[in-house]
Amino acid sequence: MNSPSPYRAAASTAAAPRDHAPPTVLLLLAILVSALVLAPIAVTVFDAVRGSVVGTLALLFRPVIGHLLLNTIGLAVVCAVGSGLVSLAMAWLIERSDVPGYSIWRVLAPLPLALPAFVSSYAWLSISPSFQGAAGAALVVSASYYPLVYLPLAAALRGLDPAQEESARSLGLSPLAAFCRVTLPQLRPALLGGTLLLVLHVLTEFGAFALLRFRTFTTAIYSAYNAGLQVKQGALLACVLLFLCFLCLWGEQRLRGQHDYASIGAGVRRMPRRHSLGWGRIPALIFLGTVFTAAVGVPLATIGYWLTRTDAAAMTTTAVSTAQIIRVSFSSIGYGVAAGILTTALAFPVAYLAARYHNRAVQLIERTTYLPKGVPGIVVALALVTLSLQLLYPLYQTAILLVLAYAIIFMPLAVVSIRATAGQIEPGLENSARALGVGRFGVFRRVTLPLTAPGLGSATALVFISVCTELPTTLLLIPTGAHTLATEIWAESSNFAFAAAAPYAAVLAAISMLAAWLLANRFGRAAVA
Amino acid sequence: MFNHPRRCASSRPGRLLTALTLGAALLFGMNTTASAADQQSITLYAGQHQQMVRLLVNAFEKKSGITVNVRPGEGAALASQILREGKRSPADVFFTENTPELVRLDNEHRLAKVAPNTLAQVPSQYSASNGRWLGVLARQNVMVYNPQKIDKADLPQSLMDLASDAYKGKVAVSPAEGDFLPLVKAMAIKHGEAKTLQWLKGLKTNAKIYNEDEGVVNAVNNGSAALGDINDYYYYRVREQTGKDAMKAQIAHFASGDVGNLVNVSGVAILDSAPHPQAAQKFLKFMVSKQAQTMLANSQIDFEYPLRPGIAANEQVEPFDQLNPPKINVNDLGDNSLAIKLVREAGLL
Repeated sequence: MNSPSPYRAAASTAAAPRDHAPPTVLLLLAILVSALVLAPIAVTVFDAVRGSVVGTLALLFRPVIGHLLLNTIGLAVVCAVGSGLVSLAMAWLIERSDVPGYSIWRVLAPLPLALPAFVSSYAWLSISPSFQGAAGAALVVSASYYPLVYLPLAAALRGLDPAQEESARSLGLSPLAAFCRVTLPQLRPALLGGTLLLVLHVLTEFGAFALLRFRTFTTAIYSAYNAGLQVKQGALLACVLLFLCFLCLWGEQRLRGQHDYASIGAGVRRMPRRHSLGWGRIPALIFLGTVFTAAVGVPLATIGYWLTRTDAAAMTTTAVSTAQIIRVSFSSIGYGVAAGILTTALAFPVAYLAARYHNRAVQLIERTTYLPKGVPGIVVALALVTLSLQLLYPLYQTAILLVLAYAIIFMPLAVVSIRATAGQIEPGLENSARALGVGRFGVFRRVTLPLTAPGLGSATALVFISVCTELPTTLLLIPTGAHTLATEIWAESSNFAFAAAAPYAAVLAAISMLAAWLLANRFGRAAVA
Repeated sequence: MFNHPRRCASSRPGRLLTALTLGAALLFGMNTTASAADQQSITLYAGQHQQMVRLLVNAFEKKSGITVNVRPGEGAALASQILREGKRSPADVFFTENTPELVRLDNEHRLAKVAPNTLAQVPSQYSASNGRWLGVLARQNVMVYNPQKIDKADLPQSLMDLASDAYKGKVAVSPAEGDFLPLVKAMAIKHGEAKTLQWLKGLKTNAKIYNEDEGVVNAVNNGSAALGDINDYYYYRVREQTGKDAMKAQIAHFASGDVGNLVNVSGVAILDSAPHPQAAQKFLKFMVSKQAQTMLANSQIDFEYPLRPGIAANEQVEPFDQLNPPKINVNDLGDNSLAIKLVREAGLL
């Protein structure tokens, strides 16, 4: 008893892994990651409340803040209602009607997510400056982000048992009434959750609004920074924005756990019969075509148009050379790969612990790593500038700091992907390996790592896409003299040099769409949603 | 059962390792290109438009063999950044669209003297009286208006009038823009602080707010505002894009000598902490050289007035000697602190 055999030790590990304290090394790493993620929020709040309370309050209750609140919330509501209605109609048509080519539309409908909103706004802006302002901003952002509402709606519609709707019909309800009273309430969690996610994206969007010259919190924070105002002013704006974002995030997380409309016993669902649209198939087709054209067709066609006009009206004498395009593309890819790997590596301890150990501390750590979803890139960037100037000067203006910023911003994507696969590993496999005499590291290398590989792969790919299309953080933190596709598009299009921006926009759209396609094919459609 | 993970273990981490190495190599590659701080390179903090900066930098690199690492940004933000960086700032040269950012750094004793030979290339009234920054290019402030929204006869005579009730809901301004703040200071010099504050409060009631001058031009062009005050080159840039036929907005001037016709100077300075002062001096000398000034004037991307005497401005803009600016020396515009204070008091920021 006094000297337990190796076998006994291993067996006791195998008996009840969930009740055991998590490995110290992993826990320490996870705590470090959550501290990293919390740092920009802490710095922002600290910068905002520094100095006198009276001064802070005076700055907080300025008319400008009211104006920005009105602008930001107004746009969010317009986008939410617009995207909600459009997505509902699309999801019903694609999943429940006999609209021609519904299986093709199913593939096309989520595609706008692969095209960054600021690239779409560059395209619309180049068609006419009249797309600047509230109406243009609402159009472009809704067209870019509606899949956030559409995807959960379509999934919910696919998962619904048609029997309930049919019972309602047989009890005398009209098709419309049956939809409104039976189907719609069941779609509510998906609709609300998707809408809140969309609002979160509207709140944190920067590039599209900056190019379309629409004033929201993100562009005002950038503008305060550009005007060389005190750090405190920008930080206060950021705090108000953070409050709005966290409100959305909280609502979305709450909805996620709710499944109010469960049926008793899963039973065997049968595919619903598709409603016949009759002559309505033509307007339905026109509707789907219009949405897709606005969201993907127009931006891609516009980029194509400007590609052919590299000499005339290019408005730049610094001719874009092929060598320059290649160099900039590789720089974008390099940052994407580096950030993808770092983020995945940092997310692993958190995701693994969250999947395996269900104690309070682990839950808290996991929750904190979801917070960056509600922290706009510009806020992270400004906080890291402050942090590196005051504490970590060797990192100031280096590629390392930028990659760290990406890791913070996109941590939630990686944690979610890895957690999903880590949760599927049967702990018995690891325990058996331990029992057979493999060391802890050996088990990690030979069992855990290979089994979580799909999650690690999709996490890296998701972060890669997001980094390539990221704008505000890149603008502020990029090393002097370096460029990425996003910064080049920004530099050229904010000076109306649309033809000069086109090659970069084309490469970026290609990389982003290719990566999204690979992701969807390799890791399943769920990974993209 | 154990074969499966074992087989994967030998291939997957291997691939991961390859990817890691590749990533590290790429990252390293990015780092070295970004911070090649040898003798033959300078770091330029550039608050001017990126296209013209690239034009200038490319020509200089070709001529001198000195590499220029450009950090683009807005002038005021870069000035703040240099002050926050302190003496360890990597910046050698600071190039701005307007002088107040240079004056701000000069007030903090952060600028080195520009070589007298270089200063002598442009008329002295456009550079710092203490020789610590150099005027390179100039722009004029103009009124931009939409003839479909307002009659030419109804246009204001003075910038002051934009705050009067007659223009309520018709005006577009960009108060956070580096070009707007010197106008506020000029107004305070001409009419005093109290009247300037009153004017700004009137603007607050009358005007739609935009983040930049481009936004103002576009708002006037598409009719969401009737008129605005801008630096003229934004007008030409937008017109270059929309085409002359589609450009509805027109340029007009305030009465001769009015504050609204103020000339803004784009200037450059060398930091007192510059790691490469000699190469930096060479760059400044090049900026006011005949070659550089002719090149910029002939480009269809800049539309600024070259300050070196004897070089014709872009043919699209009005000749420099026909402008009627107020009699205010660019040195008197100082830094933007007063302007920012007033604009904030008026609730525009």
